Amino acid sequence: MADLATDFLRLHLKNPLVLASGILGTSASLMERCAREGAGAVTSKSCGPEPRAGHENPVTIAWRNGVLNAIGLTNPGARDEIPLLIETKNRLAECGVAVFASIFAPTLDQFGEVARMIAEAEPDLIEVNISCPNVASEFGMPFSASAESAAAVTRAVRRTVNLPISIKLAPNVPNLGEIAHAVAEEGADAITAVNTMPAMLVDAYAAMPVLKNRTGGLSGPALKPIALRCVAEIASRVSLPIIGTGGVSTGQDAAEMLMVGATLVGVGSAVWQGGPSVFAQIGKQLSEFMVAQGYEHLTDLRGRAL
Amino acid sequence: MKSDGLFSVYVVKAVRIENKFTCTLFFDQALTDAHPGQFVMAWLPGVGEKPFSISGDDPLALTIADVGAVSHALNNLVVGDRVWVRGPLGKGFRLSSHSHLLVGGGYGAAPLWLLASQARRKGHTVAVALGAKSKGQLILVSAFEALGCHVYVATEDGSAGIRGLVTEAVEPACADLHPEVLYACGPTGMLMVAAEFARNRNMPAQLSFEALIRCGVGLCGSCELSEENCAKLGIPAGFLVCHDGPVAFIP
Repeated sequence: MADLATDFLRLHLKNPLVLASGILGTSASLMERCAREGAGAVTSKSCGPEPRAGHENPVTIAWRNGVLNAIGLTNPGARDEIPLLIETKNRLAECGVAVFASIFAPTLDQFGEVARMIAEAEPDLIEVNISCPNVASEFGMPFSASAESAAAVTRAVRRTVNLPISIKLAPNVPNLGEIAHAVAEEGADAITAVNTMPAMLVDAYAAMPVLKNRTGGLSGPALKPIALRCVAEIASRVSLPIIGTGGVSTGQDAAEMLMVGATLVGVGSAVWQGGPSVFAQIGKQLSEFMVAQGYEHLTDLRGRAL
Repeated sequence: MKSDGLFSVYVVKAVRIENKFTCTLFFDQALTDAHPGQFVMAWLPGVGEKPFSISGDDPLALTIADVGAVSHALNNLVVGDRVWVRGPLGKGFRLSSHSHLLVGGGYGAAPLWLLASQARRKGHTVAVALGAKSKGQLILVSAFEALGCHVYVATEDGSAGIRGLVTEAVEPACADLHPEVLYACGPTGMLMVAAEFARNRNMPAQLSFEALIRCGVGLCGSCELSEENCAKLGIPAGFLVCHDGPVAFIP
């Protein structure tokens, strides 16, 4: 067995696999389930200042090359998220699994406010989601669209909390390295890359988009090559640890993500095919791959393809 | 007609009225690899998408109670109209003896009909306990009888069968036929009572839960069964109705 233990910021994780935000992060019991099934860390579903019901169905379509979704940031609001996170932290402490809390907000001030509230639960990391592709009609252009706006959110959150923060970036920008550099300058501790890719599927017989929201975020296998390029670009530009996320569903996918510079590897849509047990499966495959290829530690893989 | 692996388009071939707010739609083709207790997501473009359990697989049949915008629109469909379907999804019932007790609360009877027809094809004994608020809300009573099932009815107002909850109809069914396994579908409260009944009699139970299903593929977490109910049922917490269920196996 290869050693999958990973140091990330001040944390020591038993493996680099992280439940990505937006997948099953809606309750302590579901996050505990992912932890017990082999995740090294879990990320809660993004929470904002107010409760949100999200979009109407269809919100998800499992397509042959991945998943398209527009759930619409369904969440109970920051106030109710705090006890949920505390409960999750208590339960996951038992299994030695870290808890990352994802947040979003429509304005800079509210980003600071939500971060301040969520910090009360003392998650191991606050992941700042500035790149949800599915709320443009309400929130306007995502903050991830420019270096200036991404830096402004980082500053607003950094000012309010001392906990480690990771900024979650979008894949659909021409200057990702510059954006990563800007958030690093403002004091981000890590970068999560990437969010889903804005996309659309049309039903030819209905002659209309499948999702009620018309467009959604594409994840799964179709996202992987996009995510690998994004992580490589960020890793070449900044020295912050990266949570590389996008289309990882096998141990080899995880190895590829580490090879382009990721420290941790997000797993999301793969849960669609395998259920939460994919974490153990991907971990096992990664370990077998490392043994077969003569890698002892994850650090031997990191950045090798850069 | 299948749109790039997304939805399959089904055409309504026949409509059977079950009661004044429920109908069964029979479609033009089969739903392949479907098992009783599994469900589909039915989409009417421009209206919305909701989960429905399968009441027939060849051809596909869906029994639809008019409880919201999507089910209302489905109830108003006529022969020749189209419905977009993805599925079968989830895990269904498994026939695991030769003598069965099926318990249906309200429109929960729908997926049990397909199960009953499979069991009867194998020559098994099938007792069916059906419950509803009143006579007008019962469904599929004659359809179960036509299969050769032993049907026991309870209504809360006493307008048909025994007065009381469906669990009242379960007692005589057990006394008459001594079924070995209980299969139930209906409101969560009814299923919890059915689970307790089965436990008291050392009967294995298969319970099909209803939930708010959004993604339908085990990603969004909307359909999680409450931790309290998981504990009562003795199943691991974090049960996702769309992915782990809709049928929960007890024990």
